[in-house]
Formats: sequence, structure tokens, C-alpha cells
Amino acid sequence: MTALFRISGAGRLSQAKTASFRFDGKSYAGIEGDTLASALLANGVHLVGRSFKYHRPRGVLSAGAEEPNALVQIVRDDARKTPNVRATVQELYDGLTAHSQNRWPSLAFDVGAVNDVASPLFSAGFYYKTFMWPKWAWKDLYEPNIRAAAGLGVSPEKPDPDHYAARYAHCEVLVLGGGAAGIAAALAAAETGVRVILADEQAEFGGSLRFESGARIDGQDGYAWAQGAIAKLKAMDNVRVLSRTTAFGYYAQNFVGLVERVSDHLKSPGRELARERLWQVRAGRVVIATGAIERHMVFANNDRPGVMLASAARTYLNHYGVAVGRNVGVYTANDSAYAAAIDLKKAGVNIAAIVDLRDNPTCPVIDEARALGIEINFGRAVVSAGGKLRVSSMTVQPKNGGGERTIPVDAILMSAGWTPSVHLFSQSRGKVAFNDETKRFVPGTYAQDCVSVGASNGTDGLDATVDEAYAAGAKAAKDAGGKAGKGAKPKVDAGESWSRGMLGAAPGAGPGTTVKAFVDFQNDVTAKDIRQAVHEGMHSIEHVKRFTTNGMATDQGKTSNMHGLAIAAEELGKPIPQVGLTTFRAPYTPVTFGSIVGHARGALFDPTRRTATHGWAASQGAVFEDVGHWKRAWYFPKAGEDMHAAVNRECVTVRKVGGLFDASTLGKIEVVGPDAAKFMELLYTNPWEKLETGRCRYGIMLREDGFIYDDGVVGRLAPDRFHVTTTTGGAPRVMNHMEDYLQTEFPHLNVWLTSITEQWAVIAVQGPKSRDIIAPLVEGIDMSDEAMPHMSVREGKICGVPTRLFRMSFTGERGFEVNVPADYGEAVWEALWAEGQKHGATAYGTETMHVLRAEKGYIIVGQDTDGTVTPNDAGLDWAVGKKKTDFVGIRGLTRSDLVAKGRKQLVGLKTKDPKVVLEEGAQIVADPKQPIPMKMIGHVTSSYWSENCGRSIALALVAGGRDRMGQTLYVPMPNGTIEVEVTGMVFVDEKGERLNG
Amino acid sequence: MLLIRCPYCEEERPELEFRNAGEAHIARPTNIAAESDDDFEKFFFIRANPKGVIYERWRHIHGCARFFNAVRDTVTDKFVMTYKAGEPKPAKLPGASK
Ligand SMILES: [Zn+2]
Repeated sequence: MTALFRISGAGRLSQAKTASFRFDGKSYAGIEGDTLASALLANGVHLVGRSFKYHRPRGVLSAGAEEPNALVQIVRDDARKTPNVRATVQELYDGLTAHSQNRWPSLAFDVGAVNDVASPLFSAGFYYKTFMWPKWAWKDLYEPNIRAAAGLGVSPEKPDPDHYAARYAHCEVLVLGGGAAGIAAALAAAETGVRVILADEQAEFGGSLRFESGARIDGQDGYAWAQGAIAKLKAMDNVRVLSRTTAFGYYAQNFVGLVERVSDHLKSPGRELARERLWQVRAGRVVIATGAIERHMVFANNDRPGVMLASAARTYLNHYGVAVGRNVGVYTANDSAYAAAIDLKKAGVNIAAIVDLRDNPTCPVIDEARALGIEINFGRAVVSAGGKLRVSSMTVQPKNGGGERTIPVDAILMSAGWTPSVHLFSQSRGKVAFNDETKRFVPGTYAQDCVSVGASNGTDGLDATVDEAYAAGAKAAKDAGGKAGKGAKPKVDAGESWSRGMLGAAPGAGPGTTVKAFVDFQNDVTAKDIRQAVHEGMHSIEHVKRFTTNGMATDQGKTSNMHGLAIAAEELGKPIPQVGLTTFRAPYTPVTFGSIVGHARGALFDPTRRTATHGWAASQGAVFEDVGHWKRAWYFPKAGEDMHAAVNRECVTVRKVGGLFDASTLGKIEVVGPDAAKFMELLYTNPWEKLETGRCRYGIMLREDGFIYDDGVVGRLAPDRFHVTTTTGGAPRVMNHMEDYLQTEFPHLNVWLTSITEQWAVIAVQGPKSRDIIAPLVEGIDMSDEAMPHMSVREGKICGVPTRLFRMSFTGERGFEVNVPADYGEAVWEALWAEGQKHGATAYGTETMHVLRAEKGYIIVGQDTDGTVTPNDAGLDWAVGKKKTDFVGIRGLTRSDLVAKGRKQLVGLKTKDPKVVLEEGAQIVADPKQPIPMKMIGHVTSSYWSENCGRSIALALVAGGRDRMGQTLYVPMPNGTIEVEVTGMVFVDEKGERLNG
Repeated sequence: MLLIRCPYCEEERPELEFRNAGEAHIARPTNIAAESDDDFEKFFFIRANPKGVIYERWRHIHGCARFFNAVRDTVTDKFVMTYKAGEPKPAKLPGASK
């Protein structure tokens, strides 16, 4: 069945291709090619939503991306509920389900509409004023209630199941906008053979040719010409034509972001289709052909459903075959609305009257309208629209006052003129200029390699537009290296032209009135609000914008900015350019997070790094923790063990027998070259020249400010070769730090740096039995204490593969770190594990590693230090070469603050109650009875239960800590204050005898 | 996203491949240990923050890994030129407006 307002013979859709849809639970019939808005209007449905603040009934204002009112929720399933979809953009598919938003319990009866009656409470700046007092009420009363009453749409309950594609593209000429101008520019550029991309946000190309019934180009109807030209462009190898593709952001050096809506218009997209595709295009030249947007008239109740832009009504008729009413009024300050009236009249719709604010305009369309018998009133204003859920009348008055007359209508078409779409030009950092004659901002000074053409450039008339665009397309291509084109410029046989109009409030919404004459529909900003903002001292348009929220809704003021600016300028008594235009920012229209995130989510969000023994650890039931990008085995629970029990067992077993630990994630850098030792001298605090080949040293790296940057054990493999280890998290920045100094400060040094973190798997074997576990597998290395003392390194073979075998300890026990090429890591681990099993050794994870090193007072950079800790603060003064004359940080260390008394120093803490384990990060005070806020003298950096000590242990940074040995300090916690005693940092084997045990 | 010309690779590459490394032409004193407090402060802490032309270091970290110098306009973000580490501050800038 044909919908009630579908006009047979009008529009370009095929009546045979029906599509049914549901809106607020009710079924309707539409046609393929409809938007949701055109399909609703075809069924006579104008009421589609409630406004944000006042909950006023709202209808469809526009037929495009500028739509502020007709925002709906499109629901496919639980996971696909998209809020704030513009009904004017959403294409209809069979089975589409949509809901209106911001209403309760129903669209026609909305409790929130009480806000409309109580509107004096909600005038401009009401958030800043009304809810200031009492203070507690904001969080507990005002905010929750405002959020419940406001808010547009609801979010889906499940993660987004769709996928989003992304592509980079390069072209010589990128044309933004596929109306007559964009198509002409693309044709001219394409003919030169350069790579061209043409993008348009609509499903069909043509722009205003969709409604301009009078346009004829190359002997054809304008829209038909556009389709032919697009077909020609699509057939060319050097051209990419993208429909449903919005240029949302214009960034530096002609980098333009486009979002292509790939499947939102399909009934069943299927898993293989992305929902959207992000195009990041780098263009040699950009042609901006984004057209213009019609403005509404600002008068009382101009937001009633059925009141819409004249060009929108024309689009619904000429493209979709839909009449927006049966008895239509027109209110204009501009010629183009006449063309809408003429088209509707010819389609059989009654035009009740045209009300033109201008005194005696002349234009062929006015004569044509008069000839069709349409009543025309010059010099008059529509001072109010009647009706509530749908407009029912318009009240007309001479613009300078006088008798009112009320005319019944079921729709009002408005046109206050056209605003060039300079958004992308402005985003490119171009400066707009105000044309005083035509009262519009047009592109002025360019900042990038782009050119604006057609309506977006303030060029009037189809003929002039095509001329300008074709020339600009040809020039852009030529400048980008194209050959001379051989095509012919499209010939405009007939076209429409309009300019002028008005800015600001029309009579009836003038100063002093309290009527609701809307400037910004989406944020419910009226002419009165703008005036009030000025009166309250907002003299810059940026302030007016923020105070009133004019232009700050999701439509970014596409229809409202110029009106708001003009009202503010009038109120300030200043010319418009002096009040200024707010800056346009990306995105031009809302962009989904999905399209920006693309494939970078879930497992692809961030890389995961796994060590060679990951599979083995997983098979043993290891629990993993994330350390940077790495997955590290945290602990290895046996059946029935919780984390605490597993860690206790691992800790005891390592000290009693031995343990295996995967230390592969530690950063490893090979420093090689004739000047390697000199380089090491400069980058680390320690002396290196005299370190013998085959020996190791614990090194500290500082920044130039004297604070600890990283640490690690360094082995000297040869006079010119150091094997440097870094912290796990520090590996990339240490490499960067070293490269920086080598390349820029010490380029005279003959040194090469190579990251070898991933080349070597590292298996730490620690504990009294560690040598017994390793020795049977090693060839060519004498592992006796005499031949291979603590802190030495040997090269040889283990399990038949090359190894760099370090004797070193991060547990305080006799220990080794077996480096083998990463590919052999798992096999060597398994061999060592088999040996370890014979002695009863354990595998241990990072938690046990942390406990064991804390028992020995070994620091972890980044945990026990925080970028403000010097070697002296950390008790590591011994590692700073006293005779050295230079190293990075040497001068920083002598800064007055760094040698001052009372600095925080690393110490041990023992709780008075040995069973209490402190919280890491807990603050420490000297006197728990002092008034709040207390003076904090330090904080806990590391804290564990130590099964080996039978008590808790902790490390802490405490002001003047080393002078406080034996003192009692206090750690205030929510459940009471904990008493602690300051101790040394070593809790196990203070003499270090176990290193050779 | 900016395009940055690496003077070692001799081509423009996307910003993603690079990392900024702070102000350029601040040489580490050869006898840094003897620097006065004031001089060390100037060397380590004080940085220009100009509106307009800035000389800064960049690293082609996801490319050739070299550090180099660049002249950039902080108002427009435009790169005026890039040159190799160790080369002197250019006396004349190409197409300099101010
Ligand atoms: Zn490079």
C-alpha cells in the first residue's frame, strides 16, 4: 500500500521496491532508497523526538547531515543499538527498527515536558547558577536527576560485535563533496591521468541537484547528468569514487580523515562486511566542494514538528516523492524557498501563503510563483507557529507591527539563506573572511594546498559553480603533475541561483520578547538565551557559545552558528566580523569510536610478548601477570594451593634447594666496539675500564639530573664487548637513551649498540643446588668457585647449544643465569627442569622473585625508586665511581637539593606485629597523634610476607631514614595505625655468605 | 599526521615513525662536572618555548633510528627543514616569513 504522503509520479524511487520498518513499535511501509526521515514523512509522521532540555516535541528539520532534531535510536539487536542516528541520514532497509529518544513514557506524552513550562529555570547558563547550592546536592541530587532527565539515547548492553576496517590512501587530487562542483572538479582532474579520490556523504551523488528541479547540464536533467558523470569516473582506473563517505577531519599536510559507512544501510550486512571503513588519505591537492547549508528562520515556536527547511521539503518531494504536508506555508527571507513552493504546488500540494520578510524582492521564481496563483506577502513576518505535536497554523504580522492574521497550515517551509560549509576549510587552518555584502563567511586565507569551490566558496549559481570547480580541478591536477586534460567542461544549460537572506532573529523574536524562538534546536538555545548571555557579560562569541551551549551539540551548530553570532553582534552593537566566528573542529559529523579504533581492539589492541618458556609454564598451570607487553609467569600453584601458599613454597624451596625462573624479559643490549668501555664509563656511574673480561658488575644508569634511571648486571665478554642487562620495563628507553648519547653527544666514540633482548632466552637457576643442576648439561666451562666466582660470565655450550653463562644472583643464593639463543630456550629449560627435579627444585614466578630480592634488600628500579631517588638515597653510593671525572648525571648529583640533609632514603621496615603485611604505597608518619593533615615523612615501596623470615618485611623511602635505625614510625591506615620499626634493608643472610653456599 | 623528512633516509615519512626528542643545539658541556649551578640550570632545565620557529631534535625511531634536527613553526606545525645531527644551526631558513 502506498503511504499517504507519497506522491505518485514524483521522486526517483521505485514504488515497487517496498521496505517495511518499525518506529516506536509501530509498522510502516517505506521504499528502498528512502531515508528513515523520508519514509516517516511519507507516512505523515513528523513527530520523531523530544528536545534535549525542554523535552519539546520535534520533527524533521532537514534532509541531510545537518539535522539537529530527528535523532533516533536504531536497534538491530542487544549489541547493536546505535543512539543519536540522524533519521535524515539513516537509509531505510527492510525490517529497520527505530525508537525515538529522550521521552518518557511516550513520545506524545512526555513527563519531562514539564521543563518546557518551568523553562525560566533552565535559561542560559542554568547549570552554572541553579545547581550551585548547597554543595552536597550536586553529586547526590542534581546531577543524577539531570542525567536521568537529559541524555540522548541509550547505550547497547553488549560489546560491539561489528568490525571496522581501515585503509590508507594516497592521491594527487582529493575532492570532498560530490555535488555539481565536486563532480566537475573530479572530471577535470581525472582527465589528466592523476590519481583522484571523490567522496560524498550521501548514498547518491548529486548534492543539491537532488532537489534543484530546474538544473540542466549537458542537455540532461542535472541529477541524471551527475549519475552519468559518476559512472564515467567510476570506470576510470585512476579514480576512486566513495559514496556514503564523510570527510570528518582535515589535518596537517593535506591528511584527511574519511569515514565510509559500509553496511549500516543493509538489511543483513553479514560478517564479512565491515560496518565502517576509516580512510586516511594523504592528498597532493584537496578540492573542497562541500556546498552550503540552508538556515532556518528564527521565530516563535519555529521548532514545531512540520516546520522545516525549504530545501529539505524540496528534496523530500523531488528525490523521495514525499509531500511534507497538504497545506503548506512558506516563510522566507530568500529566493530559494519560492522554488520549493513552486515544486510542491506543481505536485498538487496547496501553498497556503508565502510570507517574505523582504519588502519588494524581485526574482524570476517570485514571478513564477505568482503566476501559479500562490499568495505572496512581502514585508511580513511569521511571528508564531501554532500547534504542539504538529504545526497547525502560522500567525502573520507586518514586520513593523500591525494586525495579526492566523493561517492554518500543516507544514511551514523556512529559508533564511545559505551558509557556506567552510568547516573543512576552517579545520585546515584556513582563515575565513566575512563578505559584508552577502553576509557570509567564505574562505579567505589558505593554510594548506587546497581550494574551495562552489557554494562552499560563496559562489552563487550553477553555471559559475561548474566553471570554477572545473578550472580548480584541472589546476589542482596540473599542479600535482597531471598532463593536460582532453575532456570538455560540462555545459550548464539552466540552473538556479540564490544568495542573500538574513541572519539572526526575525521580528516576533526581537529584543524584549520571551518567546521560544530557537536558534540551536539540538541544545534548545533560543534567541533570548543569546541576548541574555550578552547581558550577563559574555562579549566574545566563544564565551556566548559556552554559556548558552549554542552550537555545542552533536550537529556543531551547522544551522545555528550564524544566527547565534548575528544575535550576539546585534546585542553588542558590533559588526559581525568583530564578534568573530567560533573555530570549527573535527569531526564534521559524529564519528563512531569503532571506526577510529578499527582492528586495534581485543588481542590486536596492543602486542603481547611471550617468552620461550610460555607454553611450558602454561602447561604447568602457571598464573601469568602483565609486565609491560610481556606475559610473565607470576607463580606456579600446585593442586590446592592459593597464591600465598604457592609463593611461600617457592620462596622456601629456592633457598633450601633451588629454583628455575624465566628472566628472558630483562632488557639486553650489546655494547660493542673499540670504545665500548669508554662509552660504558660515560653512561653508567660505575668504573668499567678495569673490569676484567669474564667478570660482571652491577651498574647504575642516571639521567643528567642525577636520579636513577635504570640498573642491571653487565658482563664483559671481551675487551670490546659488553653484555648489558636492563630492567624489563626499561629496555626500550635505555636503548633510546644510549643511542641518543652515542649519536649526539659522544659521536666520536666508535661503538655499536644492538638490542638483543629477544635473541637470548634467560633461565635463572638459583639456590644452593644451582650448580649441581646446571653442571651436567654444560660443556667447556669450569664452574668451580675458583674458576667461575660470583659475578662472572663464561661462554660455552649447554645441551649442545651456545650459552652465555652468568654467575649472578638476584636472590642472595648461589645463582646462575643461563642465556641461550631464544629458539632453544624451551628445550634448555626442559633439560634444566629435568635436572632440577632430581634435587627437588621448584619453578618460580615473578612474585617469588620479588620476595626473594626484597629479603636481600635488592631494589627494583621503578618500584623502590620513582625518578627522584639518587644512588645515595638508595644506599648504592658504593656503585658510583668516586674517581670518575665524567658520566651522565655526575653534575646532577652535586645539585644542592641532592646533597641536602633529610632526603628520603631507602630503609627496611619491620611491623611490630610480624603478621601484619604493610600496603605498598602506604604513607609513613613520625607521630600518629598529630592533627590531620599529618606530615608524611615517607612511603612503603615494597612489602611482602616472607616465609623464610617467618614475618612480614618491607622497604620504604623515609626522610632521613638511615639516621632513624631502630626508631618506631607509624603507618596510618583506615582500620587503624600500624607501628613499624626502621631497620636495615637486608632481612636474610646479612653477610652474603649464601652467594657461595 | 605530519610528514617529516628524515635527512638520513632522504624522504618524507609519516609522523608515526618519529619521536620528538626535545630542543636542539643544547650541547652537553665537555667538563660538565665543573659547571656552575647557573650554567647547569641553563643547560639542563631551561628550554625555549617559542611561538614560531623552534629548533628541535627528532628521532626516526621506527625507521633508520637516527637522531636529527628539525626547524618547525609551532604556530602552523609546519616543518621548515630538517638536517643531520651535528650540523650547525642553519643561518638562513628557506621560505622564512618572519
Ligand atoms: Zn631515517
